[in-house]
Amino acid sequence: MAASAESLAIAQSDEQRARRDGRKDRLFRRTVAGAGVFVLVMLAGVALTTLWGGREAFATFGFKFLVSSEWDTIGKQFGALAPVYGTLVTAAIAMIIAVPVSFGIALYLTEIAPTWLRTPVASAIELLAGIPSIIYGMWGLFVFVPIMGKYVIPWLNDHIGEWPLIGPLFKGPPLGLGMLTAGIVLAIMVIPFISSVMREVFLTVPTRLKESAYALGSTTWEVAWDIVLPYTRTAVIGGIFLGLGRALGETMAVTFVLGNVHRLSLSLLEPGNSIAATIANEFAEADSEIFRSSLIALAFLLFVVTFIVLAIAKLMLRQMERKEGK
Amino acid sequence: MSDVARQAVADRLYFRRRIVNGVGLVFATLSTGFGLFWLAWILWTTFYTGISALNGKLFTMMTPPPGDEGGLLNAFAGSAMICLLAILIGAPIGIAAGTYLAEYAKKSRLGEAIRFFNDILLSAPSIVLGMFVYTVVVKQVGHYSAFSGSLALALIVLPVVVRTTDEMLKLVPGAMREAGLSLGVPQWKVTVQILYRAALPGIVTGVLLALARISGETAPLLFTAFDNQFWSTNVAQPMASVPVVIYKFAMSADAGWKSLAWAGALIVTLFVLALSLISRAILLRNKVSND
Repeated sequence: MAASAESLAIAQSDEQRARRDGRKDRLFRRTVAGAGVFVLVMLAGVALTTLWGGREAFATFGFKFLVSSEWDTIGKQFGALAPVYGTLVTAAIAMIIAVPVSFGIALYLTEIAPTWLRTPVASAIELLAGIPSIIYGMWGLFVFVPIMGKYVIPWLNDHIGEWPLIGPLFKGPPLGLGMLTAGIVLAIMVIPFISSVMREVFLTVPTRLKESAYALGSTTWEVAWDIVLPYTRTAVIGGIFLGLGRALGETMAVTFVLGNVHRLSLSLLEPGNSIAATIANEFAEADSEIFRSSLIALAFLLFVVTFIVLAIAKLMLRQMERKEGK
Repeated sequence: MSDVARQAVADRLYFRRRIVNGVGLVFATLSTGFGLFWLAWILWTTFYTGISALNGKLFTMMTPPPGDEGGLLNAFAGSAMICLLAILIGAPIGIAAGTYLAEYAKKSRLGEAIRFFNDILLSAPSIVLGMFVYTVVVKQVGHYSAFSGSLALALIVLPVVVRTTDEMLKLVPGAMREAGLSLGVPQWKVTVQILYRAALPGIVTGVLLALARISGETAPLLFTAFDNQFWSTNVAQPMASVPVVIYKFAMSADAGWKSLAWAGALIVTLFVLALSLISRAILLRNKVSND
């Protein structure tokens, strides 16, 4: 009699404990799931609030906001064309420089360098990615801009400036500030991102493939160009888009060296502007609601463009992961 | 075609392939030199100019008005507070979200969607995140505040921590989970007391990397935490931070301000590089001990 009462009590307390555990488990699960969904909410929040904040600019200027290069803070006429153009041009210059260099670095670190040298050099290149962007900006303004203005731009003016077609791109005042300088600084900043993605995916190429090619008499370059690159193509493009996303959204480095002039000009040596630099420079001084709204609208445009670029990058990289069977 | 002619064609082809190979390899080596060259140059400038601007006043005096001498004490304190608060907000949410991804969502559709968008948030332009916090917090409250700056930085911390937590928990062997569960330990306790302990070095690394990323971050603070020339510990008010002060001082024409900007730049760079080296060391040690 007593024994069964005791076992009943034990069974009851067991049941209570199981129920308590279950309750806590559910609570824990809901909490962490909530945190996971929070990430999605934040991203949607960024898109929606910048769209909401820019509604006045979109409503007032309509489509003209995208195609007008007018930026009149007193007359309150705002158009996004000049900063959008600057963003695209500087990012394009950065990619033209960074993509081949990153490929070279990745090739060097996976095929050419002696094994003992690979890790330290790779770490050093990745350190470049860790330096805060404001340091790039200061270095750019105080060290690189004078060099560009004194030596590089006069040389470009004299030599390439007279060429047909591309000549006008390289004709301009020797200020040092401008699209070309900003593009070069951006290139230095995105090289570590692109090269580390490339290096990682190059390492995933099966040794069997490479050695088969070597056995047939291929040179190192032929292995890189005809075996490694085709095998890793999607991921390499993904890495390039990742760098492009960085270059489009970079703020401080560009703000220092771009010159911040709202003007469309063909020459890469003229000062210009970019979306991020415009916001960083002018937001604190924005004195009217429509001015501020235009800047937030610019932020929305920047977010949409980088979102698309980064989404493409992610999809490409994911395809590569699937191939590896991850 | 005679054998001789055939041989000549083959030789030419072979010669061309070797030239292409040589040019390609030289190009690759030069590219690496190119990357290292900029790294060395930027670090050299920062160290050289920064060290000559270092002095004792840097850590004992407040940011001066133009033409006066002073230090960056209020900016260092402000940066420390803003970054610490950002970590305190961002890291717990990030760890929780990472736990959800690794332990519950796994390869489900929702989990994959969160991973996808988290990676986009990871590379999203920081200035847009600042704009978001401005619209949601600063504009509603009506003035700049250090707390809003921390919120903006927390949005940068979040994706970094989510990703490392997710990846580090995935590395914990499944046998550990099964061992805990088979003893009747509830899942939340298995996660908190066993898995977190096993993955701790990795999670700490994620938090350190996030700290490294936000301690040099300038753009989102420009219109959230703003700036303050004086000592302040009130997070509801504007507060100075090292990057914003560097930006303001470097863009000025005042020589004293510029030299302070370089000193600040040196300290920030040293701090960030030290953090990334420490987190690398932790990861490396952890990898060795797991083998």
